Amino acid sequence: MSIFIDKNTRLLIQGITGRDGSFHAKQMMEYGTQVVAGVTPGKGGQRFENQVPIFNTVAQAVKETGANATVIYVPPPFAADAIMEAADAGIPFIVAITEGVPVLDMTRVYPFVKERGARLLGPNCPGLISPGASNVGIIPGRICTPGPVGLVSRSGTLTYEVVYQLTRAGIGQTTCVGIGGDPINGTNFIDCLAAFERDSATTAVVMIGEIGGTDEQEAARFIKDKMKKPVVGFIAGQTAPPGRRMGHAGAIISGSAGTAAEKMQAFQENGVGVAKRPIDVVDLLKRAMRQER
Amino acid sequence: MNIHEYQAKEIFRKYGIPIPPGDVATTAEEAEAIARKYATTVVVKAQVHAGGRGKAGGVKLAKTPAEAREVAAKILQLTIKGLPVQRVLVTPAADIASEAYVGIIVDRASKKPVFMASPAGGIDIEEVAAKTPDKILRHPIDPRYGLRAYEAMQLAFFLYSDIKQVRAAAKILQQLYTAFSENGGSLAEINPLVTTPTGDVVALDAKMVIDDNELERRPDIAALRDESAEDPSEVEARQASLTFIKLDGNVGCVVNGAGLAMATMDLVKYYGGEPANFLDIGGSSNPEKVVAALRIITREPHVRAILFNIFGGITRTDDVANGIVSAIAENPLKIPLVIRLTGTNEEIAVKILEKNGMSAMTDMDEAVKKAVALATGGKAA
Repeated sequence: MSIFIDKNTRLLIQGITGRDGSFHAKQMMEYGTQVVAGVTPGKGGQRFENQVPIFNTVAQAVKETGANATVIYVPPPFAADAIMEAADAGIPFIVAITEGVPVLDMTRVYPFVKERGARLLGPNCPGLISPGASNVGIIPGRICTPGPVGLVSRSGTLTYEVVYQLTRAGIGQTTCVGIGGDPINGTNFIDCLAAFERDSATTAVVMIGEIGGTDEQEAARFIKDKMKKPVVGFIAGQTAPPGRRMGHAGAIISGSAGTAAEKMQAFQENGVGVAKRPIDVVDLLKRAMRQER
Repeated sequence: MNIHEYQAKEIFRKYGIPIPPGDVATTAEEAEAIARKYATTVVVKAQVHAGGRGKAGGVKLAKTPAEAREVAAKILQLTIKGLPVQRVLVTPAADIASEAYVGIIVDRASKKPVFMASPAGGIDIEEVAAKTPDKILRHPIDPRYGLRAYEAMQLAFFLYSDIKQVRAAAKILQQLYTAFSENGGSLAEINPLVTTPTGDVVALDAKMVIDDNELERRPDIAALRDESAEDPSEVEARQASLTFIKLDGNVGCVVNGAGLAMATMDLVKYYGGEPANFLDIGGSSNPEKVVAALRIITREPHVRAILFNIFGGITRTDDVANGIVSAIAENPLKIPLVIRLTGTNEEIAVKILEKNGMSAMTDMDEAVKKAVALATGGKAA
């Protein structure tokens, strides 16, 4: 089992003929993801790699193929529209990889998607993978292995680092989810933690946070109040100077709000294991999973 | 992207917000000439991308053109929060009856633009926010409808009781929201919004921050960037599509991805070193980016060792290896280099490095320990 995607996920790729879209489409197909359709306006009727049918619009693609999830690689100026097109076509799960979507666009997209009952992951995220079943996005499949741990992260390459260390230590994963680092994103830590709590195959969860905002603090309270499964956390940015921007628009500290120290303390106070280094996640998980049994 | 007060005022004026006139000077002589033109008491204001400039001596009154020349000369020599002042705005002084604050930011918690208004405006607004939060009204906006007339009136009634002033302020608030939303703002602020003894409502200051993600589709706004007002190494990094922030430590870090970059810096500190910078080479990294990264980092004399930490996903590690090789061919390193590479095309990358007399590690902790040991002469770690 897993969260959000599994072997029955029928994936549509928006921007399948673009540079990033075509590269990752092949990767996902090689991994075994069921890629059922692509959308590139003007290329309807063609096939991607002589295999996947391409449509002009998302509505057509959904009607013809029954796609129930989509992943978006279109350039930033068109990403907001692509997300709304997918939601309007009734796709219940939308993953936006695109980096650089204007935040004011997202203030309009978020309520639009919500009203249509769809779940958005991202934008500016690496997507998600349920090892052995389905890979949607850009996470390298070979660093993952099936197993009992759920992982949720705000970061991209740092997610890979932690997954790689888990896999090397023989700890497999149910699903690894990258929620993205933008100030406004569709799915937050709590959404993923709640899904992992419900997922019968997940026995423990890792969450990787960053400086900026208060999402990790709220997640820590949620873990204490609503979760029975053990959670281990890591926060990047312990050495970040206050008030400086660290690449992600979300990773901004103003005053004391959102420092690594504050977030680690919130973890501690709410019974979340605190990893000082990424590698410490492995030992903390092993200990937590032993106690669980 | 930060823009200057005078630039924000030009934008706000286009939307009809009442703002006194003003001109920009880069020399004391120009400031004197502007003051003579206005033939009244003027305010000389530093144009610099830093808050708290009033308290740093960057805003001064001048009663005569000669005095304007004098204070402008002083302000143009100031450095405020590390940034040298290169321009001043010279504007006629206004008589002030009251000072209010109005501003808009995008709030990540509510996922909406949020208006803030306070009748207690001025240079101590941060203190007002901390000590008397009830003096600040917060109002989330549905961006699909904008700031509706009745919402603007609600906010304006919080600031003023005179109905004429309320109506004038409500109009300004709607104009401010339109300016914010049509120009891709992540922040727009008027502090202070003043009333004059004759009852007019006027914006005496203007601040605007533009979302970097908006610049590609708004070339006219992107053209407002003043690179002379930014740190030179950060400007060079941006031109090479790198994200770079200078710090004071001894281990230079080159990493792909912001989260991994921060985690690498944290690990440098954990093992007894100090990170010299934050540097994210981003996703699809070409060799030229790596060359630029090494050039920027090695310019700092306090850097004693350089650490590459690359986890290849979209980033191809062979691109990074090629970049390292050509950067060193161009400009041999005088300090030790530690390379950690893993992920996409790792085998090719390792061969490229070995052919050029270098080696790569695969474990992040081991690589950081080694870099710290080299930077500190073995004293730490």
